[in-house]
Amino acid sequence: MTHREIEQTLQDGPRLDGGSRRAALGWLAKWLGGALAGAVVLEGGKAAAAAAGTEDRSKRKHRYGMVIDTRRCVGCRACMVACKAENKTPPGVFYTVVFDQIVEPRIDDKPLFMTKPCFHCERPSCTDVCPVSATFKRKNDGVVVVDYDRCIGCRYCMTACPYSARWFDFGENYPAVEEKTPYADVPSPEYNQFRQREREKSPIGNVRKCTFCLHLQDEHGKYDKAKGRWPACAKTCTGQAIHFGDLSDPQSDVYHLLRERVAIRLKEELGTEPKVFYLI
Amino acid sequence: MNSTHAAERSQVWNGELKKGFWLLGICLLLAGLPGLWDRLAHGHIHANYGSIVTWGLWVAAYIYFIGLSAGAFLVSSLVYVFDIRRFEPIGRLAVFTALVTLLLALLSIVFDLGHMNRAWHVMVYPNFKSPMAWMIWLYSAYFAILLAEMWLLLRRDLVVGGRQRNWRGRLYRLLALASRDDSDAGAQRDLKIVRGIATVGMPLVIMFNGGAGALFGVVAARPHWHSGLFPLLFLISALVSGGALLTLVAAIFQNGLTRNRDTVIALGRLVLGLLLLDVLFQFSEFLIAFRGGIPGHIAGLKLVISGPYWWVFWGWQVGIGTLLPILLLVLPTRHDPRWVALAGLLIAAGLFGLRLNIVIPGLAVEEIHGLGAAVASLRVHPHYFPSLPEWSLTAGIVGLGLILFGIGELLLPYEVQERTSHVSV
Ligand code: SF4
Repeated sequence: MTHREIEQTLQDGPRLDGGSRRAALGWLAKWLGGALAGAVVLEGGKAAAAAAGTEDRSKRKHRYGMVIDTRRCVGCRACMVACKAENKTPPGVFYTVVFDQIVEPRIDDKPLFMTKPCFHCERPSCTDVCPVSATFKRKNDGVVVVDYDRCIGCRYCMTACPYSARWFDFGENYPAVEEKTPYADVPSPEYNQFRQREREKSPIGNVRKCTFCLHLQDEHGKYDKAKGRWPACAKTCTGQAIHFGDLSDPQSDVYHLLRERVAIRLKEELGTEPKVFYLI
Repeated sequence: MNSTHAAERSQVWNGELKKGFWLLGICLLLAGLPGLWDRLAHGHIHANYGSIVTWGLWVAAYIYFIGLSAGAFLVSSLVYVFDIRRFEPIGRLAVFTALVTLLLALLSIVFDLGHMNRAWHVMVYPNFKSPMAWMIWLYSAYFAILLAEMWLLLRRDLVVGGRQRNWRGRLYRLLALASRDDSDAGAQRDLKIVRGIATVGMPLVIMFNGGAGALFGVVAARPHWHSGLFPLLFLISALVSGGALLTLVAAIFQNGLTRNRDTVIALGRLVLGLLLLDVLFQFSEFLIAFRGGIPGHIAGLKLVISGPYWWVFWGWQVGIGTLLPILLLVLPTRHDPRWVALAGLLIAAGLFGLRLNIVIPGLAVEEIHGLGAAVASLRVHPHYFPSLPEWSLTAGIVGLGLILFGIGELLLPYEVQERTSHVSV
């Protein structure tokens, strides 16, 4: 895996180039130069960031999101399994979780299931709290990612996410990995980084989360459902409850569903503006 | 005649206390070794926090220690900024306490990081939208200030002590960093600089400890933390815990029961006042939340007072940390420095319960109902009790603190009491 590829994967965001100290020192020198201006720099930075934030949405190439139809979900949990198989997440890390007690007690006796990936919020509360900008929202498609090489594992972002969409990798393994069966040699394709699971090495000790399977995007940042380049959970959903796509693309399912049906988002009051909608 | 007798008695008492102190420190330090080994060899795998309660004992220990440090520093600023003579005999001790507890805080939090070796990232890639980045930058500055202040306060004594022809003299010469000036004028100049530094340090401390409160306060996802009162609560309880610890240390340190008798008693009064203020703040937080009665808001508080760890609140925080010391500081025992020192110990210990009750109940409420039930994993569970390695490492850090105090007590030149009379600024 080359530098170039890593960069491609974590497009646009602030990043640590594969842990290169030289880059870090260069950055420090630049920053120290800037820091002489002190508060002015900070204020300016904030203004610039705010401006960029508003620009972002119009400039963004894609606005990926999901529309999840709770009435079609049968609670089979195939999405959880598919996600595990795709991303090779360890025990205790679940990029999506199927809830069956979300409304308890229920007024009627109809079961209600809800699968919950990361919502890739428009205004994520997790990214701003990261002390090292290791987690950020990609400018071109709005996917919230974690730079495993920069993340220090402080877990502040986990406390700040209102949807429990972040998971700490404690370094546990399933027996198949622990016992060094051939499965253990299959790397996770996450971020196209193909990391082998090794003690003390990232992503162990990092915070992990759903990436909308962005490693399945092509070089233009596009998914292709027909070719199977599609988030694993949506691809596998037996009830076809998980609709994925570009929320601002009039050709997409999600675009139409949001126009035709009544959708809700969780905890709207927090102003996070999730990009995962639920049809109820 | 009577008073010399009392002084003798308290010297004996002091000696016993000191022995116990060293023993405790060494035991705790040894108890910490397995935890340290486990953390270094196995990372976080044996820690009991998970993805719901994601901060545990170590984070609680961290905010506890920085609270102690900030509190002790603020007490020292009574001397060096506000020029309150009453506390002058313990000014230097307060700065030393602040330094030691800051070290313990940094240790606690570094072990909590998923990747300890990347701690430097915060210096190189700071994100100033994050209160955590602010906090780390501010306490780095604070660390520098503490070191400078400590050195300046000791400088003359180090120069004088450096004249001895033994290992102690050699050590002092080393620490004096080639400074030779032992004149009164030099000491006065030092004190002036210290005043300057302390004056800069005070707002800094308020910012970083208030910032630690803000670190929790800004997290809108956790209603238990998300309150404007939080930074203030942190400051007040920092003052209480720092003051309480100082009361204890001032009584034990370098024959303090006799040397600092009046100061200890005065500190007791100060701490009592601060403690009552702290209770008022806490009460206000509870009252408003429960009167509002919004389930999400009171879920954490309910866990505090009637959850599985109700005893941490009622027994530890309220009983040991609040009621008992208030009694000791109100009843006639308040005139005896030994009882006052005990009250200090109780308060300082009790406030650890408060720290636990900030961190853990805030996280132990499922953000989306049924998360723990949805997956069968010990890492996805709202219940948390620290594991043995977690306790062990924390005990070791406390032990290290005790030993650092012990070493300080042996090595630091005694505070020259008379100096107060002829140094005026
Ligand atoms: S755990 Fe990693 S990504 Fe999350 S806030 Fe800390 S450094 Fe940032």
